[in-house]
Amino acid sequence: MDFKLNKEDEQFRSEVAAFVNQELPWDWRNRSLDPDEPEDAVLVKEFKKKLAGQGWLTMAWPEEYGGSSASHVKQMILNEEMAYRGVPAGDAGTRMVGPILMLYGTDEQKQEFLPKIAGADIDWAQGYSEPDSGSDLASLQTRAVEDGDEFVVNGSKIWNNAHSGADWMFMLARTEQDAPKHRGISFLLTEMKSPGITIEKIPMMWNAHRSLVTFEDLRIPKKNLVGEQNMGWYVGAALLDFERSGVDRPARAKRLLEDLVSYCQVTKRNGRLLSDDPIIRRKLAEAAVQIESCRMMCYNVVWMQSKEMIPNKEASITKAYGSELTHHIYELGMELMGMHGQLEPGSKYVPLQGRIENGFMRSRGGMVAAGTSEIQRNVIASRGLGLPRG
Amino acid sequence: MDLGLNEAQQMLKNSAREFLDSECTSDYVRAMEEDERGYTAEMWQKIAEQGWLGLMFPEEYGGFGLNFMDLSILLEETGRVMLPGPLFSTVLMGGMSILNAGSEEQKKELLPQIAEGQLIVTLALTEPTASWDPQGIQTVATAVEDGWMINGIKLFVPNAHVSDTFVVAARTGEEDMDVSLFLVDRNANGVSETLLKTIASDRQSEIVLEDVKVPSSALLGNINEGWGTIKRVLDLGAVGKCAEMVGGSQEVLDMTVEYVKQRTQFGRPIGSFQAIQHHCANMATDVEGSRYITYQAAWHLSEDLPSDQEVAMAKAYVSDAYRRVCALGHQCHGAIGFTKEHNMQLYSRRAKAAELAFGDSGYHLENVARNLGI
Repeated sequence: MDFKLNKEDEQFRSEVAAFVNQELPWDWRNRSLDPDEPEDAVLVKEFKKKLAGQGWLTMAWPEEYGGSSASHVKQMILNEEMAYRGVPAGDAGTRMVGPILMLYGTDEQKQEFLPKIAGADIDWAQGYSEPDSGSDLASLQTRAVEDGDEFVVNGSKIWNNAHSGADWMFMLARTEQDAPKHRGISFLLTEMKSPGITIEKIPMMWNAHRSLVTFEDLRIPKKNLVGEQNMGWYVGAALLDFERSGVDRPARAKRLLEDLVSYCQVTKRNGRLLSDDPIIRRKLAEAAVQIESCRMMCYNVVWMQSKEMIPNKEASITKAYGSELTHHIYELGMELMGMHGQLEPGSKYVPLQGRIENGFMRSRGGMVAAGTSEIQRNVIASRGLGLPRG
Repeated sequence: MDLGLNEAQQMLKNSAREFLDSECTSDYVRAMEEDERGYTAEMWQKIAEQGWLGLMFPEEYGGFGLNFMDLSILLEETGRVMLPGPLFSTVLMGGMSILNAGSEEQKKELLPQIAEGQLIVTLALTEPTASWDPQGIQTVATAVEDGWMINGIKLFVPNAHVSDTFVVAARTGEEDMDVSLFLVDRNANGVSETLLKTIASDRQSEIVLEDVKVPSSALLGNINEGWGTIKRVLDLGAVGKCAEMVGGSQEVLDMTVEYVKQRTQFGRPIGSFQAIQHHCANMATDVEGSRYITYQAAWHLSEDLPSDQEVAMAKAYVSDAYRRVCALGHQCHGAIGFTKEHNMQLYSRRAKAAELAFGDSGYHLENVARNLGI
């Protein structure tokens, strides 16, 4: 049992911190970016290129693809330090499409895409969820019908970030209608500027957007099929052994809590500093404890992975717990702001640039996206504890 | 970073589990709830033979020279089976007080006896004030010829009824922190001990000290400097208790999962219903959360690193987590889990005592808040 990181890893952590402090063009202490919003997406892209320049963007990739096969611990450190500062350590390309191409891509596909992904030259949209297929993703209905050396695609994908300037989309589409539902799905790549694609921005309650993307006779060349036809579900589920601890959640939560503690140290209500109120002290302390227990569980996921153990329930636990504690801390933040909590970014009198109000709304999404809390608990129970299917 | 056990720790864990599975059955636990002493002499002898009593003492005092991390691994196993008896109080509270504050002579005389199972010791710290802070100590020790005169009442003293010696914390000066530790023989004049009736069927007592005269040699450590030792023992006690709770909560989870797989209603195992599945998932989350925050605190204490925040966070979290795990365990078991015959209530009653020992979550959350700088 040893909670100390080795010297190299500690040094890497310092290096990352110093790099961000120096290279980040925006004040991370006071501003979070939303890579799903077009203006912010440009800034994020520029920063990702700097990360690429350091060799960090794809450091988890195998050497043969330009990475450095960084250890799980090292990946975790990068993710933790970046998340703490509100900056991305990767994207769908480096984390999903790239690894999938490494495992299942043709040589042509690898040559076409991997260098561009590594250089942060492609912005990806994720074409998974549909209006009628969320948690039950395998029920998806977007059809891809063979026509010569192309697929003709009809259907729609929702909740993705196509509107913020995505160049390409990776999607799951049904290529075989009569097969059992998981078995008729294929993994396809499409250029977003192809004819037949319509993007509709959906305003979300946190004053940002998600997209509804509709395909009307979109043509995708067969060379953009990744992996075997009708095996797309399994292609999409395959992940290279990247660290999947979810450590970014407690890291962001820690930074949020620091903001709230600072706020309490200078804000009075009814003649008393918030930080002197015993109830508030307790709530802040509870938040700190939850963050720490989550962080420790994330570290355990990384450790398990480093020992080639599969974190079946552990990763689901950290996802559910991490997203929930994040929302609870924003709730606490709203409570601390009192009347001022209602104010939105840009309003007169808004505290902390409105980050708390915005985060309070946005963090509800964290408990639903990437596997709802309910689904995570189903997974913990069935895959983790062996409880029987309902 | 290594969150696994080393070979020696794994062996300790395996051998402890094997021993306890065979020697500390729930039948034994139940029988000991009714027993006057609360444990058998045979069991105590076997525990001594396992080397558990001297695990953390240096070899020169008859121990094995292992560290607190190692002991925590053992305590996870004893917590899992609810081992009754004075192991925890003797080793961590009495023993560590002596190891931390004792003179060479005291350590050489007392620690080997503890390690061999010949001497049972406990720490008499808390009082009717029910406080974990120095201000809560109102027992007074006054200097007299050739020694000290102690007056006061101690409450919630674990296993005092079988302890040969009490390490008594008493006030010896004007300042809040002027507390000293004294070795008091249970048979000394003026000492009377009464067992309390508690929810956990553990053995906690009131000790009344009325003009108890002890010799100068009874002082443990330096005058007015007892709180440093007490703080160390409270830290070890809090995290050791967390380790026990981790073991207990894992067993509650395992027992619950097993039950819901077998119990059928509406034609299917109740473990196939989502509500039950989600209860179990929440329990698993609490158990995992408890484990690693405890290990972090235990490791920091073992390495003699600054540990205030780690200890406070661990005890705050685990105290409440174990309570939640037991609550959900009860929900999943239904009525059968409320019966005395069932093991579920053995755990939930002990969870309450463990939650309170060495400071509950409210107490430690205030420490956490202070350590955050507010």
